[in-house]
Parts: sequence; structure tokens; C-alpha cells
Amino acid sequence: MSAPVQLFDVPGPRGRMQQRILAAVLAAITLGLGFVAVHRLAEKGNFAPAKWTPFLQQVVWREYLIPGLQHTLTAAALAIVLAGALGLVLGLGRLSQIAPIRWVCSVVVEFFRAVPVLVMMIFSFWLYALYNVFPPSQLALAGTVTGLTFYNGAVIAELIRAGVFSLPKGQAEAGLSIGLTESQTLRSIQLPQALTAMLPALVSQLVVILKDSALGYQITFAELLRQGEVLGSAYANIVPALMVVALIFILLNFGLSSAAQALERRLSRRGHVAGGAMTANPMDIEPGVGGAPGAPA
Amino acid sequence: MGELFASYDIIGAFLMTIRLTVFSAIGALLIGTFVAVLRLSPVPLLQWIGAAYVNVVRNTPLTLICVATMLVLKSNLGIAIADPKSPTSIVDTAFRWGVIALSVYHAAFVCEALRSGVNTVPVGQAEAARSVGLTFGQNLRYVILPQAFRGAITPLGNVLIALTKNTTVVAVIGVAEIAYLMATMIENSPDLIFAIFLTVALGFVILTLPLGLLTTWLGQRLVVRR
Repeated sequence: MSAPVQLFDVPGPRGRMQQRILAAVLAAITLGLGFVAVHRLAEKGNFAPAKWTPFLQQVVWREYLIPGLQHTLTAAALAIVLAGALGLVLGLGRLSQIAPIRWVCSVVVEFFRAVPVLVMMIFSFWLYALYNVFPPSQLALAGTVTGLTFYNGAVIAELIRAGVFSLPKGQAEAGLSIGLTESQTLRSIQLPQALTAMLPALVSQLVVILKDSALGYQITFAELLRQGEVLGSAYANIVPALMVVALIFILLNFGLSSAAQALERRLSRRGHVAGGAMTANPMDIEPGVGGAPGAPA
Repeated sequence: MGELFASYDIIGAFLMTIRLTVFSAIGALLIGTFVAVLRLSPVPLLQWIGAAYVNVVRNTPLTLICVATMLVLKSNLGIAIADPKSPTSIVDTAFRWGVIALSVYHAAFVCEALRSGVNTVPVGQAEAARSVGLTFGQNLRYVILPQAFRGAITPLGNVLIALTKNTTVVAVIGVAEIAYLMATMIENSPDLIFAIFLTVALGFVILTLPLGLLTTWLGQRLVVRR
């Protein structure tokens, strides 16, 4: 990483020596802390081979981890599609020429942005259960997807709106001047460019959705984390199980975030967007549970 | 509505949410500033440590961090953070682990918000500071960070709003905040489900709306005019 603002001079020989000493001291501290952590974990027998050999068995993956991962990915995929559709509708609604539609969509968006995902999940889970909307086996999935859809739909609506506002005014004016109506201009001129401009932020939002699907844990959704915990109690290796689950989550999300960053670099290189519209910083939109991954590293 | 407030301590649960928010915000700000300084430092190893922290924490679900504090740190390693003899030991333990989990998690976002704040400081500021002979530490303390904090108010406000809502996640380790109470209330009085949901949702609107307005106002007022 190059510091965005150059805060320090290129060090001379003495500065380099000081930095090396500092780095060595801090490396020693970090290593020491790491050692203490590993030692304490080892003391409790967490690194005993017996705790880790289950991961070599096919049954552990077949019965616990793979189904958990499948559930996580299913919930995330459903929520992405539904939130995308909802976000498009609400986003266009907020940009509508008709005032009442604008007001209703604004209230809906602001409401669902303010309500925590978990509260929405608990509510929809019980609602579906009480009114028998879904079969009992699908309740947790439905609750998780509903919670994710409404919150992220509202955030995507805001992203779309921000994308349209980021376009140069000339785009809309050009559309109107060749005789398109306001809504035609919005649909065929502003929206495609807005989506391109916001693509990196939208992909970052996918990371938020994937990560937040773990909230389904609390409404008994058998996603990766819960499956990991069940595995941990079945084989009495809860610490290794959580470590493996964490690693899977980190790799998945890190892959998606890296894709978002690659996309951002590619778009800015191609200059794909008229007038060099901003590629919005996801941090400007309120982060989800834990928020959108911020600016590139 | 009145029935709900009479039979459940809704206000108390919201107060717990606010307490969690306040303590975790302070913790996250401290850790986050430290990590941001690491990431901005001239030593590559420190930059790497800072970046590793942010990338690992940001990509881990908060639920997993909360569950891990209880199952790994408390149960497996037996780390006690509340006096086991005190009568409020169980409540305190859950609350403190909750605050730790929330602080550690949101520190990564505070760090990124601060870095985006540093990006609003023109290069000339840092160059001027260096040319008058300030060291890296002095440069940060007197020139960069004061301006960066002011430029970072809006993203920091967003992190604070997210933190307020994310306090609900610590219901998983049994902190009696509003999401925890909400689940109990719906279980006991399912016929009031809509009233319960609206009460909780409105509570969050009341908590987060002023925060958003305040940070927008502060952000505009305190922004360094150039």
C-alpha cells in the first residue's frame, strides 16, 4: 500500500535503522502475542490431532460443512436477486416524477435502512410461522432471506439514486432535448450509466449480504456457522470447527471484495462512465451489519 | 401498546442497546485509530499488520465473532472478565464480551473511515509539515489527524449508526438488549407481533435518525474549508 498522503520523508540510513529496530520490536510483540494465544489454545488440547482429524473425513464435509455452505450461499443468492429487484423498484420510485410515489418510496427506504437486519429477520420468521406462510422446514431460510432483502434492497435503492445523481447534468438534458420523456431518459440514459458507475459498490454490497446471512444463525437457520457449531459439539472440537468456518467465510468474502476492487480499477481505467462520474465510495452509504467493505486497501 | 410497555421492560432493553453502543463506540474508536496509525505508518511491517487486521475482521461475520468470544475465549480458554463471585457476574460477562466483540469488529470500519478522512487532507499539508521538520508522529498529531477526524465525521457517523443497529447481534450471547427482548415478547404474545415489531423498529428509527442528522450537520459544520 502506498500511503494516500505522503506523511513521511524517504528515510535516510539512520531512519531506516530506527525503522528496522521498531519493526523488529513490534514483530517480536506480535509474534509473542500470537505465541501466547497458540500456547493457551494448545494447553486446552485444541491442536491435538484428534480434534483435527475429523476434517479429513468425508462425512464431516458431506454432513455438516458443505450443506451449511450451500444454505449460506442459497440464502445469499436469493437475497441478492430479490434485493436487487426491490432496490431497482425503490430507487426508481425515489427518482419518480410523481410526488406521492417518491414520498412513499422515501419513507420505505429510510424505514428499512433504520431497522436492524436481525430485528427484521426475527419478525419475518415469526410472522411466517404464525400465519403458516412457508412450510416449517423453509421458515428459517425464508426469514433470513426476507431480512436480508428488505435492508439491502433499501441500500441498493440508495446506491442507484446516488449513481444517477453522480451523472453529469448534460446526460439528462441531452435525453430530454432529443424528445425522450423524463421516465424514458431515466430508464434508457441515466440508469444504465448509474448502474455501471455503482457496480463496484453493488458488488461490495454482495459481500455484506453474504456476511449477514450468518445472522440467520439466530433464527435457527442451518447456515455455515450453525453447522460448524453442530459439528463442533458432535466431535467435541468446537474451536477447530469455528476456525475452519471463519476461514471459509474470510476466503469467500475476501474473494468477493477483491473482485469488487478489480472491477473498480477496470472501470476507472476504461473510463466507461460519461463525464467520469464518481465511483461512489461504499462508505458514503451507511454500512450494513458491519457495513460495506470500504475503500480499496 | 400500553400492555406491552406494562409487561415488558422495553425502555430498559433500549437503554441496554444504548449502553452497548456507547461503550463499543469508544472501544472501536480507540482500536480503530490505533490500526489506522499502523496503516499510515512508514514501516511496511506495521502497514501489513494493520491491513491484515482490517481484511480479516471485515470479512468475518459479526455473529461468528460474538459466538467465538463465548465458546472459545470464555468457555474453552476460561478467560474471566467479570468477578465470578459478584451477583451480576453472568450479566456482566455477557455484556463485556459483547462490547469487546462489537469494538473489535467495528474498529476495522473506523480505521477505514479515518483513512478516507486522511484522504481529504491535501498533500500540501503533509508536505508543509515535513518541510518545517516535523517528524511522522508530530505530523500526524498536529497536522493530519485533527483535519482527518473532521473530514471523517460523516463516514464515522455511518459506522456509529451501523454499530447502533449491530448491537442487536449480541443477543446471540444473551445480552438482554432489544432484539433479545423482542424474540421473548413475540414468543409470549404472538398476537401482538405487529405492535412489537413496530415498537422496536420505531425505537431504532428514533435512535438512528438523530444520529444521522447530527453527523451530517457536524460534518458540514466542521469540514475544513479549502
